[in-house]
Amino acid sequence: MYKNIMVPVDLRHLDRLGKALKTAADLARQYGAQVCYVGVTAETPGALAHNPREYAAKLADFAAAQSAEHGIETTSKPLASHDPAIDLDHTLRDAAEEIGADLVVMATHMPNITDYIWPSHGGRLATHSDASVFLVRGG
Amino acid sequence: MAEQDTTQGIPEPEGAAALIDTDYEIGQDNVEGSLGPFGFDIHNPVFMISGLTIVAFVFYALALPQQAADLFGWLRPFLTSTFDWFFLGAANIFVLFCLALIVLPVGGVRLGGQDATPDYSYVGWFAMLFAAGMGIGLMFFGVLEPVYHMAISQPLGVPSPIADDGSIIAENVEAAKRMGLAATIYHWGLHPWAIYAVVALALALFSFNKGLPLTIRSAFYPVFGERVWGWTGHIIDTLAVFATLFGLATSLGFGAQQANAGLEHVFGIANNTSVQVLLISGITGIALISVLRGLDGGVKVLSEINMGIAALLLLFVLLAGPTLTILADFVEGLGAYGKELVALSNPIGREDTGYMQGWTAFYWAWWISWSPFVGMFIARVSRGRTVREFVICVLIIPSLVCVLWMAVFGGVAIDQVLSDPAGSAVKAQVIDSYNPPISLFAMLEGLPLAKITSVIGIVLVIVFFVTSSDSGSLVIDTITAGGKIDAPVPQRVFWATFEGAVAIVLLLGGGLPALQAAVISTGLPFTLVLLLMCYAIFRGLQSEKR
Repeated sequence: MYKNIMVPVDLRHLDRLGKALKTAADLARQYGAQVCYVGVTAETPGALAHNPREYAAKLADFAAAQSAEHGIETTSKPLASHDPAIDLDHTLRDAAEEIGADLVVMATHMPNITDYIWPSHGGRLATHSDASVFLVRGG
Repeated sequence: MAEQDTTQGIPEPEGAAALIDTDYEIGQDNVEGSLGPFGFDIHNPVFMISGLTIVAFVFYALALPQQAADLFGWLRPFLTSTFDWFFLGAANIFVLFCLALIVLPVGGVRLGGQDATPDYSYVGWFAMLFAAGMGIGLMFFGVLEPVYHMAISQPLGVPSPIADDGSIIAENVEAAKRMGLAATIYHWGLHPWAIYAVVALALALFSFNKGLPLTIRSAFYPVFGERVWGWTGHIIDTLAVFATLFGLATSLGFGAQQANAGLEHVFGIANNTSVQVLLISGITGIALISVLRGLDGGVKVLSEINMGIAALLLLFVLLAGPTLTILADFVEGLGAYGKELVALSNPIGREDTGYMQGWTAFYWAWWISWSPFVGMFIARVSRGRTVREFVICVLIIPSLVCVLWMAVFGGVAIDQVLSDPAGSAVKAQVIDSYNPPISLFAMLEGLPLAKITSVIGIVLVIVFFVTSSDSGSLVIDTITAGGKIDAPVPQRVFWATFEGAVAIVLLLGGGLPALQAAVISTGLPFTLVLLLMCYAIFRGLQSEKR
């Protein structure tokens, strides 16, 4: 049913992604799908990497590690953005379209009051993406 | 958004050779958490100390307004008159340094790595440069300054063509007109842009190429080494945040007063603090929306819109005014600037201290105190340009635009004053009395469609304040987050709001002049900072591949 699963990841907060990563891996095994890990980085140096090239390498390593751990086929797609905190939503949406994802699995927070002012990234993606979106709550 | 491909960044197979090897990890001093549903990610000492320093200064200015006004009202003029030679000499060094970078081989180094491509088109890039750095000033001083230097301040001792009784002294006209333009262009040409270029280049180089966090302190790694991550750096960054926030807040406060004066002159709207508070709130509100839409969707869009409108106004004034005279003024102004540049930038043995200290040294101190903000913003949007391209586009082209702007707006104003001194509104508002905020509108009154162009002028002024506020908030957010540009969004909302709040508080409490003087006083230590940056840039460029 699903051939191409996209999993947005924040490499700085991998501890919060455990459930989403496992969910994506299980679904990939179930349907024989490929998982593409997508990460958005700034072009300025950050906590993870000095430049986008380093970030790409780290994301690729992460994808390889997931492949080894779960026995699934993985790729990575690193993206650089001028203003990651704001551009994240449309960046992810464009990425989903570009890689032809038919399912997006992403971690999201429990609903709270700020969702009325700032909808969550997952929520926005679910509203505007052509792909199916699985929002994994809890860690 | 640029898609990552393996040719971006520093293309060294064994890792980036030009990256600075330091144990410091970006974010290691940061405190992450959440206040209820709002996340935050702040650099521990810098955020707190900046915040507390700012609040302390606001309290000081409000609790002891006379004392604060006296202290800073004394300090700033003292600095600009005692250290005038230092400011002028340093600014000359920056210009020469930048020009050298155009011709030296190190000018071929590309910001972001050999294969990086420019993040923004020329149009978007220029729009953001101007909107952050100079838009407001051009609006206010474009008319005022050429007239003032022609008629009153007597730069280099050139006598005024306007006698005390208001009549024209014919033999002084030509020289005074030339000097009026040249003396103004000097303040808005190569020198201020060189100041911004030095800071922007240092920050861009050490961040995009060397992998250090995007904060002011990073440019000092060649000078201070690992100490730059400790208190040396904390002080540098805190000073930058202080200067930026108060620079913006006091500009916002004064700007609201000036916009109010303009509104009163054009529409008869009441000139009082309530209107001004509304203006500040409105500007802050629009800036907030811009900040929430991010760099590309907010700041860039507003900057481009404003540049477009400014260009239209310029074109209108050019065509509605004495077009051929203005075009002749442009050429003449450029020539006069070139000819008088050395004399105007001479730091020693000057007799025209009123002009040199009251205008030049004051301006240099002011630009230098703004340079951490404007420089960091320019750095952030300049990835992918070579150093040569960067310097040409940040130094030469904006200078030419400023020359054109001064020639058009100032040229029309001068023409109005000299051709009909008794009836000129500009003469009334600039020479007979001194009403800077009204000067632009006084000039527009002498042209057709004055009401419409005045409204456009007010809109331009307001949007230029917005673009300063939003880019400033992003810069302060980045510095106080230890160089991270992806801190949680509520943080930048906090800074944008805080800026507006400080402006309102100072406006109502009467602390604006005192704190603006305080900001300009930071121009002195920052001049040292910038001189060190020139050294750091040169060292940094030498180790880069071209």
